[in-house]
Amino acid sequence: MAQFKFWNDVNSLLNVDGPLTKGPAPRWERKKGSCASSNSSMKSISSSMANSSTRTPSKHSEGSKTPSKTPRMKSKTPTPSKSKTPTADRFIPLRSACNFELAHYKLNQDENLSDSPTQRELQKVMCDNLHGGDISKQKILSYQKKAPSAPEGFQNPMRVIYTQSKTPASVKNSTRYIPQAPDRILDAPDIVDDYYLNLVDWNSNNILAAALGAHVYLWDAGTGNIEQLLELEGGNDYICSLAWIQDGDTLAIGTTTGTVELWNTTIRKRLRVMEGHSARVGSLSWNSYVCSSGCRSGQIIHHDVRQRDHVISTLSGHNQEVCGLKWSTDGKYLASGGNDNVLNIWQAQQANPISESQALYSFTAHQAAVKALAWCPWQPHILASGGGTADRHIRFWNCYNGIPLNAIDTKSQVCSLLWSTNYKEIISGHGFANNELIIWKYPNMNKVAELTGHTARVLHLAMSPDGTTVLSAGADETLRLWKCFTKTIVKAKEVTKRAQPSALKQCIR
Amino acid sequence: MTTATQKTKNAITLKGSSEIVCDYLNYGINSILYQRGLYPPETFQTAENYGLTILMSTNEKIKDFLKATLDQLKDWLVDRTVNKVALIISNVKTLEVMERWDFKVEYEGNVGDGDSEQTSEKPLKQIKNEIRDVLKQIASSVAYLPLLDCLCSFDIQIYTKNKVELPTEWSEAEPANIKNAQSVKMRSFSTQIHKMETVVTYKNED
Repeated sequence: MAQFKFWNDVNSLLNVDGPLTKGPAPRWERKKGSCASSNSSMKSISSSMANSSTRTPSKHSEGSKTPSKTPRMKSKTPTPSKSKTPTADRFIPLRSACNFELAHYKLNQDENLSDSPTQRELQKVMCDNLHGGDISKQKILSYQKKAPSAPEGFQNPMRVIYTQSKTPASVKNSTRYIPQAPDRILDAPDIVDDYYLNLVDWNSNNILAAALGAHVYLWDAGTGNIEQLLELEGGNDYICSLAWIQDGDTLAIGTTTGTVELWNTTIRKRLRVMEGHSARVGSLSWNSYVCSSGCRSGQIIHHDVRQRDHVISTLSGHNQEVCGLKWSTDGKYLASGGNDNVLNIWQAQQANPISESQALYSFTAHQAAVKALAWCPWQPHILASGGGTADRHIRFWNCYNGIPLNAIDTKSQVCSLLWSTNYKEIISGHGFANNELIIWKYPNMNKVAELTGHTARVLHLAMSPDGTTVLSAGADETLRLWKCFTKTIVKAKEVTKRAQPSALKQCIR
Repeated sequence: MTTATQKTKNAITLKGSSEIVCDYLNYGINSILYQRGLYPPETFQTAENYGLTILMSTNEKIKDFLKATLDQLKDWLVDRTVNKVALIISNVKTLEVMERWDFKVEYEGNVGDGDSEQTSEKPLKQIKNEIRDVLKQIASSVAYLPLLDCLCSFDIQIYTKNKVELPTEWSEAEPANIKNAQSVKMRSFSTQIHKMETVVTYKNED
């Protein structure tokens, strides 16, 4: 028998799973035994504790109805620590008695059931807002044969509007050197960051006019002198456009009040103020003595600046702000681009005066406002136009016959365009994402160079009279000068070589 | 765009108005599909209308889908049973709704249900100009709408009154809701029979 008892002992020791019967009883068991006698006093303590639950709510809150997040102890099971030593405040939770699942269920159930009338009201209002009416009184129907989704692997082409990444480097190695950094940077504080305005122009006497808020400054590119030409008096008025007459020192200025002012910049005096527009004048263009102005109302007025009654004719081809306006280099056509995404071509009216006329051509291909306009210097009937953010295209038009020649996606808002006079190239100023200038070879439209540096969109471009330097005005309040069209020495030599024999011939004759 | 059947001089009938609305939806939806970059741009062709150049999908399946949907819609517009047309743009993989274009229809003029003689004297040119302005706003919306950076497809849901019977090949759908949504309301236009309100709802990213 003894050996059986021994075997039992050994087995029970080896069997870890079973309850430990050997050895001393656990502490809580011993205490249970010892405190059994003082149960009644325990109860009184616990009840008093329950009454004064405000002081220690976490320990005994049996009676309270508000569910607290801390797991509750059932106070019926006596907490041993409370027995003889009242100073011992150690809290030993008895997890098995806690009924966590039930408690959790109860806690959550309470929240779900709280369906007050205000909440129902709220739900109804939400439903009205979401579905535009009570959903229970409507049917939502859809055709079962769904439209196909885009082919697998297709990437949203609109990505270009949002990402900063450079477009694939199709930049061709050009034979000439184009400096990547600006030649000079000028400060342009308070330049109005508005796509629809035209705030810089460079005249044939190498003077650059720039409008900064209500001021017009003249920068002499030869000497580097800066002078303030004028300041508008009205408190909130600012200058919306300016344009130099082709040859001379007369500057036309369009203002927020709808007036066009003419200034002589050598004597620095205002020559005249021409009225006629009801809203701000955002674009101006000269054709000898005719100054054309485009207004926010969509009207274009031709002013004969020599006459007392200066308004020759009014063109209403746009129903929104005219933001691009350019006379062709030979003065035969006027191109106007508007915020209504329309590009209109008007014929000059010297030969047959067509007043209040229809546009010669009206192009609607642009999907956004047309601000950037530029006439080709060597083919006077070729026009380049650039569209805004939703369009991003540079388009070329033949204005003899109104045929679109070419269109190229620049992947960014086109704010301004200029043709080079020294090369068969065109330069464009862009907005987000790269805020850069791009030089394109014409007509194949390969990228020649990308000039980055502006930290905000390039609003306006102007070219120096010798055609070597491009000025870009950015929304980052800087004007940057890029020497990107300098004539190479080789080219200059060719010209002289060609010139010599002809001179010789002339001598012989 | 065929317009009003000439009944009295230049009046637009209920049927004509429904056609104007459906034409608008056809151009508007195509423009959205192009501008939001749902499909490759080379599958679109330009079309001229309302004095605008609008890009229309050349995909036969998309064309068929739009035609079937809009033809059905036309009947319901005549019956005055449509409340709203919703263009749902959703992620192909996760089926999450990315964007919703709501075209809400209101019926103008106090006419009884069975009356199909209602006409409108509003000049067609003016209606077209109003539509043009809305379409322009739709095209320029890319400037603020977030990029749909995933393969997306679209669906059209028509919210009708309860009395409408389900045609064959049609089914009832669940309303498409967008988490953390933001809405922008476009201009509206009216034929004086139907008034269309266009609202775009998109997922706010922050």
